[in-house]
Amino acid sequence: MSVVARALCSSSRRFLQGPHAIQKKANCRSIQTTLQVYADRLFTEKHEWVLVDGKVGTIGISDYAQEALGDVVYAQLPDVGTELKQKDECGALESVKAASEIYSPVSGKVLEKNEAVEETPSLINSSCYDKGWLFKLELSNDSELQDLMNESKYKEYLKTQESH
Amino acid sequence: MFVLRRVLSFGCKHPKRLYSSHQGEVTSLYEFHVRNGGKIVNFGGFLLPVQYSDQSIVNSHLFTRKSASIFDVSHMLQTEIRGPNCVEFFESLCTADIRGLADNSASLTVFTNDNGGILDDLIVTKVNEEFLFVVSNAAMKQQDQQIMINGLEKFRKRQGSKGQELSIQFLEPHDRALIALQGPKAAASLQNLTEVNLKSLYFMSTAVGSISNVQECRISRCGYTGEDGFELSIPANNAEKVVQTLLENADVKLAGLGARDSLRLEAGLCLYGSDIDAKTTPIEGALTWLVAKRRRLDANFPGASTILRQIQAGSKVKRVGLAASSGPPARHGAQILSTDGGVLGEITSGCPSPSLGFNIAMGYVSSEFSKVGTKLGLKIRDKVYEGIVTKMPFVKASYYTKPKIN
Repeated sequence: MSVVARALCSSSRRFLQGPHAIQKKANCRSIQTTLQVYADRLFTEKHEWVLVDGKVGTIGISDYAQEALGDVVYAQLPDVGTELKQKDECGALESVKAASEIYSPVSGKVLEKNEAVEETPSLINSSCYDKGWLFKLELSNDSELQDLMNESKYKEYLKTQESH
Repeated sequence: MFVLRRVLSFGCKHPKRLYSSHQGEVTSLYEFHVRNGGKIVNFGGFLLPVQYSDQSIVNSHLFTRKSASIFDVSHMLQTEIRGPNCVEFFESLCTADIRGLADNSASLTVFTNDNGGILDDLIVTKVNEEFLFVVSNAAMKQQDQQIMINGLEKFRKRQGSKGQELSIQFLEPHDRALIALQGPKAAASLQNLTEVNLKSLYFMSTAVGSISNVQECRISRCGYTGEDGFELSIPANNAEKVVQTLLENADVKLAGLGARDSLRLEAGLCLYGSDIDAKTTPIEGALTWLVAKRRRLDANFPGASTILRQIQAGSKVKRVGLAASSGPPARHGAQILSTDGGVLGEITSGCPSPSLGFNIAMGYVSSEFSKVGTKLGLKIRDKVYEGIVTKMPFVKASYYTKPKIN
């Protein structure tokens, strides 16, 4: 059953092209069983997000993070083929005022990096959840996803950050 | 002038830290900043806007270069020193030729220690022989107060009656605001609101007058952006009124610490604590020009022997400007390498230049590598990128200087 669920998710993704798929994919939830299917973005405390589709995770930074960074002028992304462990520093984003390291939300092998973002780093500001994705990796340990926050938990977490 | 510290030497790991708003001191304009969309950060103990919601840092930076911006720099330490012999007293602490300054004119200078290290950079204005107005860094406030108080005690011991009538008054941010108005349209926008004739107020000179009918404002033609502009010392209870009236002109917008840092870096100006500190001498910091000719002859400032020796023989290391056309910007702490990979020194400030579109930085290298045009490596997160030693300022300054009479 879990296999079916995955297959459905990934096929729907093929038609929808890219992270926009998130809204449409919500229907995958209805058929999940033992293996949890993460149809929504999951967030780290360091403000990265990962959107999982089968074994493939797409990674970006949150709206809060892009807002805090300001105009991103340079994106250094991990090379295809790099093996990353969860929380590994794997790249950096630079704005006029700050440099911010990117940490991988999950372990896996980098499948693709967003060359459009390397070319036009401002995509991260204008479209952090869509065109401004950073890289994709093949997850090597699904259980790591349990450590991450869903959107509502992340919003709660942001409140605790702002009150500091 | 020479404010920015900590907040903008962002070696910052997580964006969230940029926005933590821990308790801190406030300036008289704090509420005004918040009402106007200021994103407040704790900067060396002061809650100040890093930017405002109407503009990104890049846009605010570019707006300053083409129009005019207001920066609240009230956190800086303003000091008044009054009395006969105040010039001689203050010269005992710094390297400037204050005696040689005309009344109502100012000089950038440095407090030095006995080893020749820079304790702070500051602007000293000689209002007249018996009145100096000093603006120094907020982050060094307590140290600077001690330098002046202890210096006066020593001066009195040495000089006896000469120092008796001297007084030092520190102006507090809740009494006296300091507003920087910077950019090519600064003069026109201010001239609408003051009777002081700005046409005859040249770079590094000062006058007192009213602004928007607020009396007792000191207008000093100086700044920290490389642009023409002013620093306005205003009674704090009327600071908001002055700023508000300046903002009625569409040529003027509010700007925060973010733009201030990238503007001063393009102008090649040092940030105390990052680019210069107690371990660097004016010679190493490429600030030899701050050691006035007359003071070199008199050799009577703290650290004179080291500083004069370095003026003669050169220093081992030197602050240089660096430009890099590709790669990420080199930030504070990044290593500077020779082309064969040897470590030459470190970057002290760096950012992508909004005006120029490439990365700029300053840092220290062994003096033999300090020549303009020298190719160097910049190590950023384990990769090495090429940088070139470049003349500063990176962006040409456009000060309103007195025309030279031939």
